[in-house]
Amino acid sequence: MPETSFDLIVLGGGPGGYVAAIRAAQLGMKTAVVEREHLGGICLNWGCIPTKALLRASEIHHLLHRLGDYGFSAEKISFDPAKVVARSRAVAKQLSNGVGFLLRKNKVTVFDGQGKLAGKGKVAVAKDGKAVADLTAKHIILATGARARSLPGIEADGKQVWTYKEAMVPAAMPKSLLVIGSGAIGIEFASFYRDLGAEVTVVEVVDRILPVEDEEISNFARKAFEKQGMKIFTGATVKGLKKARDTVAAIIEAGGKTTEVTVEKVISAVGITGNVEDLGLDGTKVKVDRGHVVVDEWSRTGEDGVYAIGDVANPPWLAHKAMHEGVVCVEKIAGVAGVHPVNLRNIPGCTYCRPQIASVGMTEKTAREAGREVKIGHFPFIGNGKAIALGEPEGMVKTVFDAKTGELLGAHMVGAEVTELIQGYTIARTLETTEAELMATVFPHPTLSEMMHESVLDAYGRALHI
Amino acid sequence: MPIEILMPALSPTMTEGNLAKWLKKEGDEVRSGDVLAEIETDKATMEVEAVDEGRIGKILVPEGAQGVKVNQAIALLLGEGEDASSLSQAPAAKPAPAPENPKTTPAETRPPEPAPHPDRLPAAAGRVGAPRERGREEPAPPSATPAEQRNGARVFASPLARRMAVQAGLDLAALRGTGPQGRIVKADIDAALSGGAPAPVARAPSAPPPAVARAPAAEMTGDAPFTMKPHSAMRRTIARRLTESKQNVPHFYLSIDCRIDEMVRAMKALPEDLRISINDFVIKAAALALRQVPAANASWSEEGIILWERADISVAVALEDGLITPIVRGADRKGIAQISAEVKDLAGRARAGKLKLEEFQGGTFSISNLGMFGVREFSAVINPPQGCILAVGAGEQRPVVRDGQLAVATVMTCTISCDHRVVDGAVGARFMQAFKRLIEQPALMLL
Repeated sequence: MPETSFDLIVLGGGPGGYVAAIRAAQLGMKTAVVEREHLGGICLNWGCIPTKALLRASEIHHLLHRLGDYGFSAEKISFDPAKVVARSRAVAKQLSNGVGFLLRKNKVTVFDGQGKLAGKGKVAVAKDGKAVADLTAKHIILATGARARSLPGIEADGKQVWTYKEAMVPAAMPKSLLVIGSGAIGIEFASFYRDLGAEVTVVEVVDRILPVEDEEISNFARKAFEKQGMKIFTGATVKGLKKARDTVAAIIEAGGKTTEVTVEKVISAVGITGNVEDLGLDGTKVKVDRGHVVVDEWSRTGEDGVYAIGDVANPPWLAHKAMHEGVVCVEKIAGVAGVHPVNLRNIPGCTYCRPQIASVGMTEKTAREAGREVKIGHFPFIGNGKAIALGEPEGMVKTVFDAKTGELLGAHMVGAEVTELIQGYTIARTLETTEAELMATVFPHPTLSEMMHESVLDAYGRALHI
Repeated sequence: MPIEILMPALSPTMTEGNLAKWLKKEGDEVRSGDVLAEIETDKATMEVEAVDEGRIGKILVPEGAQGVKVNQAIALLLGEGEDASSLSQAPAAKPAPAPENPKTTPAETRPPEPAPHPDRLPAAAGRVGAPRERGREEPAPPSATPAEQRNGARVFASPLARRMAVQAGLDLAALRGTGPQGRIVKADIDAALSGGAPAPVARAPSAPPPAVARAPAAEMTGDAPFTMKPHSAMRRTIARRLTESKQNVPHFYLSIDCRIDEMVRAMKALPEDLRISINDFVIKAAALALRQVPAANASWSEEGIILWERADISVAVALEDGLITPIVRGADRKGIAQISAEVKDLAGRARAGKLKLEEFQGGTFSISNLGMFGVREFSAVINPPQGCILAVGAGEQRPVVRDGQLAVATVMTCTISCDHRVVDGAVGARFMQAFKRLIEQPALMLL
């Protein structure tokens, strides 16, 4: 007879949920996780991780097609889409098993099934409509994540119109593709399929791609994608899809003009919506606003003892935000001294397209709109020795400082490997360094990170290599 | 050159005292912390501890000498490699009339720290300050901001917070940090600027620190000449915590007279080598009284009243510039001799700045004793989150009425300050009743 009474039950075994559970176990709480599908959630099984495996493949494909730049030659370069997908799935599986191991190691009980609130401090678990367990806990964390949002008229059908899930396991490489939405998910798929040779069209309703990024970064990325042969419509909407047997014709309206684009597949990447249904929220004080649970800075919902973290709660909807939120939420519950709420301004964002995009903090525009007097630094990849040596001369690092206090308000990068670099600026923001400490830091030579230094210097008119 | 050992001032007002007893003789090796001599005032006998190491070269003031002036040299200490011949090199200048010893120099004077025993301490401020770190008086690194340098104690603040504080003219040391480990972060500066934080000390942003530091005081003093002593971290903690206490804790006070002839007799009956002070008895009696009236061993919290299951007694110890309250844990279950030894050890290390954090953080009840200054009675400020503090006055001979007749008794007045949120009048009174009974009949403490 498995245990049914816990200090903490986490609904959902994604990055927010399993991390919260491990931290709770570390703090001595008797903890359970209820997961309906895969440990590791979307991130690990259908999101962050498998897409990184796919993007590694498209990166290799890209490099193989410019081998001459590096003095190599090869003939008959080809790839097997099924093997590319199989590797991606194997990576996801390996990591999902890893999460299971971590939970066992920390003595977290895992229930296979769908959990829902069933009265105060109670959780009912069901699998395929059959009750599996009735659990009780002092604290319940909702970490049920989110799913793709769908727009009327362009609902995904899984065959011709895909969500991220079908896009991740193509049976064959589509020759042409329309991506609706140019956020991180849309752009990563656009980049993946473009690098593997598909004709890619991107439609974005806002006036620029990657709308959350700094305008200069958006524009830089757009030029890079267009140079690669992507077609991009901004300020545009898809009015409708006309499905034929093997193709889909999309009517795209932009700037008063209507264009029809015919493609083999369509990917709908127009955002996400929280998994708030079937959680037993009716009759509780948990509030839901536009598909997501409303929480305070400690992830508390309106209902005593019920918390929500990650994608089911407030944005930004990023795995690392969910994980950190899980830790903070649990530490607050356990009464750990000195816990601080997650600072949403210090959460980096990364997009693993080619070129990569990474940023943290305010964009130049949001800083100016907030009334800040700013100092802006730029440094281009072309001025960096390591970037040239790598054969990656396209990109830039932009920094935004408060002119008065020297606070690093934001940092924005586009180019090779910037997703691995952004943590440096994130640490700087967390420690509240000013330009002085960043300038006084010795960056190793030759590395791409030197550009981070130079960008800071540039903001103060002191860049050395430009 | 030999180091002079000077007659310590046991209180700010003491000008002279008696050298009751030498515990070291000429030629004895001395280590820092060793008890050298006992000094007597009209109210108390105190120990003089060695500050420096060495060997007693010469005793300048003999045992039993009366009316020895404060800061007069009472002995010469020879350092390593020095012998009796160096005694003639003793400095020539004299700081004060001191016929027995004309050879002192102010620059060389190293008086023993004037607080050898917790028996003579100012009102408790509770767990004030951190233990002084060794080496904290080393020059601040060049990158340190004026805020860091001003009081020598390190202020933890983010670089951004430091710069914003300078720009806004805020004194970092006056702010409370809410960042990791109490670090002062941008949000704290923002809060201070919007008035949400503890009132910052205003300073003009551009002027150099000494001049600006003077500005607010100048308004208060007009043309009167003055010097300004920068706040130490401990001073700020004392100021903050005690202000919080007086503002937030509803204090009430209960005084009671204890006749302590019995206790004094008991003390005198103890063997020479077992010197127990009145304060040691007070600690034990208070701890036992807390066991008898557990409701007085309590703290306020928003969730409920915390009833402590052990009597951890914080004992106020005066430091050169402030005070600290090391804790005798579980004093209700310790013998008086053990309490006495612990207090001696804690007080010694408190003055040497060597207390560990856990030795002065916590405590369930405080005792402050100013009796040795001749203070008859006083009321102390509660040390939150503790619920009570006991203020102990001097034990002195007073006329009393015994069996309808005027008589003389040794009487000590004690006053408890209670947090009324936790301890009601009757509870406080029951505690004082129990305390009085124990202190007046010390034999009961044996039970």
